[in-house]
Amino acid sequence: MATLDSKIPSGPLADKWRKHKTEIKLVNPANKRKYEIIVVGAGLAGASAAATLAELGYRVKNFVFHDSPRRAHSIAAQGGINAAKNYQNDGDSVYRLFYDTIKGGDYRAREANVHRLAEVSVNIIDQCVAQGVPFAREYGGLLANRSFGGAQVSRTFYARGQTGQQLLLGAYSALSRMVGAGGVELHTNSEMLDLVVVGGHAKGIIVRDLITGEITRHAADAVILATGGYGNVFNLSTYARQSNATAIWRAYKRGACFANPCFTQIHPTCIPVSGDYQSKLTLMSESLRNDGRIWVPKNKEDRRKDPNSIPEADRDYYLERMYPSFGNLAPRDIASRAAKRVCDEGRGAGESGLGVYLDFSDAIRRLGEAGVRERYGNLFDIYHEITAESGYRTPMRIYPAVHYTMGGLWVDYNLMSNLPGLFVLGEANFSDHGANRLGASALMQGLADGYFVVPYTVGDYLASQKPGSRPSPDAPEFREAATAVTGQTAHFLGINGREPVSHFHKRLGKIMWDGCGMARTAATLQKALAEIPPLREEFWASVKVPGSADTLNQSLEQAGRVGDFLELGELMCRDALTREESCGGHFREEHQYPDGECKRDDEHFAHVAAWEYQGAGQTPRRNIEPLQYEFVKMSVRNYK
Amino acid sequence: MVAANSSQSISVTLRVWRQTGPFQPGRFVDYPARDLNPNMSFLEMLDVVNDGLTVAGDEPIAFAHDCREGICGTCSLTINGKPHGPGQGIATCQTYVRSFKDGDIIVVEPFRARAFPLVRDLVTDRSAFDKIQQAGGFISVRTGAAPDANSIPVPKPDAELAMDAAACIGCGACVAACKNSSAMLFVAAKVSQFGLLPQGQAERDRRVLAMVSTMDGLGFGNCTNQYECSAACPKLISHDFIARLNRDYLTASLRQAFTPAPAGADGGAG
Repeated sequence: MATLDSKIPSGPLADKWRKHKTEIKLVNPANKRKYEIIVVGAGLAGASAAATLAELGYRVKNFVFHDSPRRAHSIAAQGGINAAKNYQNDGDSVYRLFYDTIKGGDYRAREANVHRLAEVSVNIIDQCVAQGVPFAREYGGLLANRSFGGAQVSRTFYARGQTGQQLLLGAYSALSRMVGAGGVELHTNSEMLDLVVVGGHAKGIIVRDLITGEITRHAADAVILATGGYGNVFNLSTYARQSNATAIWRAYKRGACFANPCFTQIHPTCIPVSGDYQSKLTLMSESLRNDGRIWVPKNKEDRRKDPNSIPEADRDYYLERMYPSFGNLAPRDIASRAAKRVCDEGRGAGESGLGVYLDFSDAIRRLGEAGVRERYGNLFDIYHEITAESGYRTPMRIYPAVHYTMGGLWVDYNLMSNLPGLFVLGEANFSDHGANRLGASALMQGLADGYFVVPYTVGDYLASQKPGSRPSPDAPEFREAATAVTGQTAHFLGINGREPVSHFHKRLGKIMWDGCGMARTAATLQKALAEIPPLREEFWASVKVPGSADTLNQSLEQAGRVGDFLELGELMCRDALTREESCGGHFREEHQYPDGECKRDDEHFAHVAAWEYQGAGQTPRRNIEPLQYEFVKMSVRNYK
Repeated sequence: MVAANSSQSISVTLRVWRQTGPFQPGRFVDYPARDLNPNMSFLEMLDVVNDGLTVAGDEPIAFAHDCREGICGTCSLTINGKPHGPGQGIATCQTYVRSFKDGDIIVVEPFRARAFPLVRDLVTDRSAFDKIQQAGGFISVRTGAAPDANSIPVPKPDAELAMDAAACIGCGACVAACKNSSAMLFVAAKVSQFGLLPQGQAERDRRVLAMVSTMDGLGFGNCTNQYECSAACPKLISHDFIARLNRDYLTASLRQAFTPAPAGADGGAG
């Protein structure tokens, strides 16, 4: 049974990280070059970690399945990044950012981790500005801010609607610099297909070259996974099409615990689904809720009318009505469920009835169309490209969509999993967002983990590993893992079934959305749990994977990823079924207050559920890490 | 209105470049795509065609794609001779079937350029862009060494112009559109972003010289001011940045030629 020691330092909350940094072990500069570190992924967390570790003198190998590290899906984050700079003089502080994040996560995150996140948030902005990230500025030349959901201060830094792109390109530039300097060996088009564990420690990975099909073995002193989230289990999501869970899932099958898999985030403002051919849902940044007002008709009969013809008196600005103090900036989980509720009442807009209006007419009256264009122009353009409608003339139609996963591999305070030597950063871990992530906090966490946390904490682990003690990639553990990977590839190509991979992915996505989506019940989850195993069997018996193993073969890549989703989806449902409470993004209809808010059960579920693999066909073990709230009182979230 | 035309499906013929590897001969193959919903994206249409090919026992068409929202720069199709297709200021993934008419023959090719060797079908190798970045597309600042963010004021117009340049998604459409396969717009965007900001001044000369020399070494051509690049750019990055690049390059070259190298550049106290 896995040991889950969170290793949270003792002492006052605000001193823990400082104290920890002075107490953990260091690796001396001459020894750093003797250690090799593998970093998988080059999004915000992976690129920033790889660059920083190389700057420190470690030898870094960075693996990405994209053709360039600049393609990682962090690039698509639109709205912004939070930091407790208090440049607006509106009363922000490290404590407030910490408190908002803990509360936003519905009291299911670790206090110590979240406080550290808030502390280093200020360093991130400094770092990014120094790298040349062109954040928005005021006329005096200083940095501008906007507001995001779940906060009553303006602490979000942004670069138009492309903040993720600019931050990622900043990290990519730091990574490129270290590649050019020889500190990082970059492997593009390289997908990690297994983790190699030697003597109980993570010591390497097995990689498939996506162009040549070659399977290679790579040994290291430590392995860092920064491979993002697993929302594509749902097939339709705001994730990139290639985003996948394979790296973390295969690490799970090698012994790393998977924490809170059912904590998924449904983002309230996305462009609604339009047809069954659809491959992707597009987000409309939460920043739009600063100036856009969300409404549906008061009367069902009005739902097909031209929205501009519906008089003010017949509109229900339901977020402003239900949550007067946060209004349209209520946290994401709350805003999403509210949208679902009004649509379930039959008041949803559009053909399908699954849509609510996001209306900018007030903002245009206040700021002029040019003012709105300056703030959100590219988002209006995206909306127009997809729907052929102008958000300036007609209210946008939006609906919630899968956007982020708070769950992920379990890590301790050092971001190390229960498998020693395996570190997990960014969305791939579970650590900082509890049961719901606030807007503009994902970019903050990715960069905090990569720039400012793991460069310290990895040294603490490496100091316990003798330089030069890493195993050879010819060790039996590596050969066994590589053989298994080759075997799986051959197996896929040999099935020669009837249906393409995409059909299975669509069917799984529907099961997950219906059973384990925005609202879950024991019955829907049990139904999903009954449907997934037969679908998985059918997949392995009748999927059609054309082509060969030794060329670029996109069907083969997809088959491996969907095969993993078919297992992970089941674990998500199992986790959701076991967690008999509602918290954040995990809404069990059986557990709600009369007004429809989440009813937590702190007595029985104030813990992290960390699932441990027990072998194929075996029920995984549910381990528990109790969450101790020493500094904040757990209370019912109130945004009214 | 999306809802209004969603019922009128169209059928087209895709004339697609197929090539199994860089050293095999390629050819065009026609594929019918029938009963398409106009609100489908171009890549979703290819998904559907590929599923059909798979079921029929053929190999699906390899094409690069990922975010499908116009920001990652992965998708890279030349549609009817235009990189990223008929639209302006969008990437391939933001092209919709509604841009075509029933009965159209649509020619689909990869981004063609000497510095982007073909991998398979519609996929090319654009790692040359990464190599240019690695040569100097950065500001050298170690993690943790940065001063407070507001200690470096940047005039708003400069920040806005830097952001215009920084919007580049590194897709390579500029190269594919250029008759010389020049990467000047790509390089100009990065050089200008940093050159416009106070943080970028210390390495300004070194950066432009290193990036341009790497660009030349990788087989990209030169700019002859046709501006096809900015017309094809999904982020509409202005060719004015190329003028800025040329200015920076000239200044840096002159400074390099006429400034004596400092003695003992690495000389520390020992």
